[in-house]
Amino acid sequence: MNVYAVRAIYRFEMARAWRTLMQSIATPILSTSLYFVVFGAAIGSRMGEIDGISYASFIIPGLLMLSLLSESISNASFGIYFPKFSGTIYELLSAPVSPLEIVLGYVGAAASKSVILGLLILVTARLFVDYEIVHPVWMVGFLLLTAITFSLFGFIIGLWADDFQKLQIIPMMVIMPLTFLGGAFYSINMLPPFWQTVTLFNPVVYLISGFRWSFYGVADVNVIISVGMIIVFLLLCLMAVGWIFKTGYRLKS
Amino acid sequence: MEPIISIRNLTKTYDSGLQALDNINLDIRRGEIFGLLGPNGAGKTTLISIICGIVRPGEGSVSVDGHDIVSDFRAARSKIGLVPQELSAATFESVWATVNFSRGLFGKPPDPGFLEKILRDLSLWGKRNERIMALSGGMKRRVLIAKALAHEPEILFLDEPTAGVDVELRHDMWEMVHGLRESGVTIILTTHYINEAEEMADRIGIINEGKIGVVEDKTVLMNKLGKKQLTLSLQHPLSKIPMELDDHPLELSADGNALVYTFDTQKKHTGIPELLRHLSQYGIDFKDIHSSQSSLEDIFVSLVREKA
Repeated sequence: MNVYAVRAIYRFEMARAWRTLMQSIATPILSTSLYFVVFGAAIGSRMGEIDGISYASFIIPGLLMLSLLSESISNASFGIYFPKFSGTIYELLSAPVSPLEIVLGYVGAAASKSVILGLLILVTARLFVDYEIVHPVWMVGFLLLTAITFSLFGFIIGLWADDFQKLQIIPMMVIMPLTFLGGAFYSINMLPPFWQTVTLFNPVVYLISGFRWSFYGVADVNVIISVGMIIVFLLLCLMAVGWIFKTGYRLKS
Repeated sequence: MEPIISIRNLTKTYDSGLQALDNINLDIRRGEIFGLLGPNGAGKTTLISIICGIVRPGEGSVSVDGHDIVSDFRAARSKIGLVPQELSAATFESVWATVNFSRGLFGKPPDPGFLEKILRDLSLWGKRNERIMALSGGMKRRVLIAKALAHEPEILFLDEPTAGVDVELRHDMWEMVHGLRESGVTIILTTHYINEAEEMADRIGIINEGKIGVVEDKTVLMNKLGKKQLTLSLQHPLSKIPMELDDHPLELSADGNALVYTFDTQKKHTGIPELLRHLSQYGIDFKDIHSSQSSLEDIFVSLVREKA
């Protein structure tokens, strides 16, 4: 294992986050805080409880998951896309590093940034809303697993994209709608039966449901199924990355 | 001595169908400066990119210091440093951060003293905290060299290293390359400046249309293929070369004021005494005489045209 290479990539990527602190940390915290103010304090105060939880508290796991997914994807996709765009990828391809070490460096850094951001959002939420965490170990587990899985997914998008537009398409056109329709702002039990069934095809439902269970002990779907779905998605992403490095797809001619 | 790079029957065809390399066989000797010359699109960069791991190899094999570039890529690549043709560097990073990154990427533990020496040797120490985007083109080129040297490679590929740099920097780089060779580094150089290869290389390989044409010691190549010319400045201009001199390979300059005699340095008899005797015999007086040898550039151009 080329540990020095993993460390070099990891530190390089983390340094990029500190260099762009406003964009990496401050902006997502601000936008999530606005959600808390608008949906939590303003609108939420006029809404009833859901599963015995105040609306403002109910949306915290969903909002956190929304930031976690979008930041994991954008951090990891930009991290590997920019060297391709600027031409510096030659150094990575000519270095004595294995695909696993490259993934550990880039995805590890992207996931670290997302987890830090998630924890900061959680602290910020306390300024606006009261909440509890019934299963803190599970909460951290969901946080880590989701950050790693979606950083890996972002890494795949960064490898696949050959222009900046493609870099944005999946997060904006797929992930964002799936998250909004995945129960971030409502329980899927509030939907008519037909749409409840349709919603079960949305993988983000399982993430948010499991994550909310770690906070309040209530879930739309069984927590084991939620964990299983995340692990299945993680394995699919690992297989895709393995295939990309094996074939050199969009990396080597 | 075992070659440090051994290329056997290497062929590369891109997905587009373009055959970039056609059955390349080449050995690079340990410690030499090898000049790889060829016109645009000849396959130089493809060959370098395959050895370094940037482009997938086709058929054939390449080994670096005995390590196969595919099955034993880690050992092979750790011995190689590459200075690419394009000025590709992480523009928002500082010089110091980027050379540290390169060293780590190639599996070497941090060594600030060694990196300081490299930056000082390349006149970059004063710029170590500057962002790469703020540097001039010549300085960026130096940064790329510093990055390539950061992990103490045994083999250094320089792909058009002096493209677009000023004369002073070019001479600095030539000095640096000679210094690296003295320290035992094997250098493979591609360049469009033939005089650069003439100045630096020990051996020359000429590649054209994906095939290696000639691989030869530079001095041997120049002696073998080089031609010498004798120019005689005439007292009185001629309108044409007299028929009596037809046996001599002579050319008349456009203004008729000079006769140019081309001869082969490898031949035992150059024919010069006979030529001078005949000129005197036919009353053609000259006021000045000088000789010149064809440069590597002339040899390169004639070889490439010959193959075309």
